[in-house]
Amino acid sequence: MPVSPKQARTLKHRSWVAFLIVPPVVFMSLFVVYPILSAFAYAFYEWQGLARGEFVGLENFREVLFGPTMAPVVWNAFLHNVYALVALMIIQNGGGFLLAWLLYKEPFGFRFHRLAVFVPVVLSTIIVGFLWKLFLNPNFGIVNQALYALGLDSWAKPWLGDSSTALGALILANAWHFIGFPTLVYLAGMQRIPSEIIEAARLDGTNEWQLLTNVIWPLVAPSTTILFTLLFIGAFNWFEIPYVMAGLDGSPFGSTDVLGLVFYRTAFGNQSASIQNFGQGSALATVIFLFIVVFASMLTLWLRRREIQF
Amino acid sequence: MTTKAMYSPAPPRPISFAFLAQIILIMNSFIMLYPVVVMVFSAFKSTGEIFEHPFALPDFTQVQNFTRVLGETSMPTYFVNSIIVTGTSIVLILVLGTMAGYAVARYESRTNTFILLFFLAGLMLPLKLAVIPLFILLRDLNLLDSRWSLIVTYTAIGLPSAVFIMAGFLRSLPSELEDAARIDGASEPRIMWSVMLPLARPPMAIAAIQNAVPIWNDFFFPLVFIQTDDYKTLPQGLTTFMGEYTTDWGMLFAGLTIAAAPITLLYIALSRQFIQGMTAGAVK
Repeated sequence: MPVSPKQARTLKHRSWVAFLIVPPVVFMSLFVVYPILSAFAYAFYEWQGLARGEFVGLENFREVLFGPTMAPVVWNAFLHNVYALVALMIIQNGGGFLLAWLLYKEPFGFRFHRLAVFVPVVLSTIIVGFLWKLFLNPNFGIVNQALYALGLDSWAKPWLGDSSTALGALILANAWHFIGFPTLVYLAGMQRIPSEIIEAARLDGTNEWQLLTNVIWPLVAPSTTILFTLLFIGAFNWFEIPYVMAGLDGSPFGSTDVLGLVFYRTAFGNQSASIQNFGQGSALATVIFLFIVVFASMLTLWLRRREIQF
Repeated sequence: MTTKAMYSPAPPRPISFAFLAQIILIMNSFIMLYPVVVMVFSAFKSTGEIFEHPFALPDFTQVQNFTRVLGETSMPTYFVNSIIVTGTSIVLILVLGTMAGYAVARYESRTNTFILLFFLAGLMLPLKLAVIPLFILLRDLNLLDSRWSLIVTYTAIGLPSAVFIMAGFLRSLPSELEDAARIDGASEPRIMWSVMLPLARPPMAIAAIQNAVPIWNDFFFPLVFIQTDDYKTLPQGLTTFMGEYTTDWGMLFAGLTIAAAPITLLYIALSRQFIQGMTAGAVK
């Protein structure tokens, strides 16, 4: 480095470096490190509203995971997060991979299709949620209107009011919102594959399907790793779409309840009626956090193993 | 890499592969764009027209839904709040991120690794799950229910990625630049400000876009921190607005269109930078 040791030792130089480094570090310590460490600590206390009460050990964790009132709600919500994760892995990431592969060949209209697929990604989730809530309205939404127009009257449903279709509708709205992201990440991954590899495979007589499964898919493994890990984290933090489209209670009948909603209800529930429980909320946040960290790291390590260097 | 060069050795197929691919891509682009088009069209219609002719072209001179949204509701306030909150957060992220990134990249120190690990932890941990302590901290600092509660939170979330983007770029600059300035007797702050930073505009743009879009669109933190209508940002204000006009669909679509317009137009104008910025974390 250009600064000589002698120079580095001068007070003037040191205070200049400190001037650069101290404010960002203090800011991060105050607004990130301190809250995250406190979040763990808070879970071990009883809370009366905003006031911290007695130390209760693991009581909050027991109540959240095994207690008669909280546990059924939490596990029901967890199951929905798992459904969302699996469905979005197939529709959003899998669909994104296929779209990327079609775009990779730079067909006619390449720039337009690439622009179009990313438009929903830049929109706020709140806008996306409300938009689809209006479109899925049983009487006046365009989804049912289109089905009537096509003579498929029997297919029309109160999509968000029927507990068998509500979660699926939320998942599809989420896939519409975000499919552009995996598409363009995969596209960038494919464009990094050296063209000699593709040409060599071509000369060996590989057909389109073999090229896709045996050459392209293994070579975009780094993109897969990061996309699946991000989706995993996103699926267990899922909040905005269910909140806007199905409400804070995950209606109808808890069929769209997810951990994010349970956490929000537990921690901030109903601020005016003060049935908020910061202790159980913190315990739930800690459990979700540990779950994400442990499984996301395992997932990342497992997916990394199948990456190939080139 | 052109399609022709790469795929010419392939034998011709009975149903053209390219044709099938084109159909799928056109269908997909239609699915991506048509909902947005319906939203904009519906904003020019009355509620009755939306219910009766949902797919018809509107009369684009009928702008009363827009004038009502801008004149009767708090949407302009939400809009201004979103601009203040996003703008201030981005400025703070860039200033603090550049400071830390510059120190780590240009001055050798034993603490550098520790500082980078410190910011790396901030990059990995979802602050959303620490919202309860953050809520109490902001209350104790008397920042709750103010724009500052959002600004400090967003700055904290965005800072780590900015540090890494800036440090990565600044480290790649040749030290001859600095040395020349140093020989001319320039002070360290002057070297940073006049020699190095003018070169660092591209990574600053990446860091700004990467953070601006999620901040502009965020809903969770305003929902928890803000009660007063005057301080609500656009996504949160939109939920208030949607609750007030539930049955007036023309108004609802106009509100959604106004909320979506700025970022969509900006994206269409700067799509390359948006795509690069928003996928920066996932693309090497």
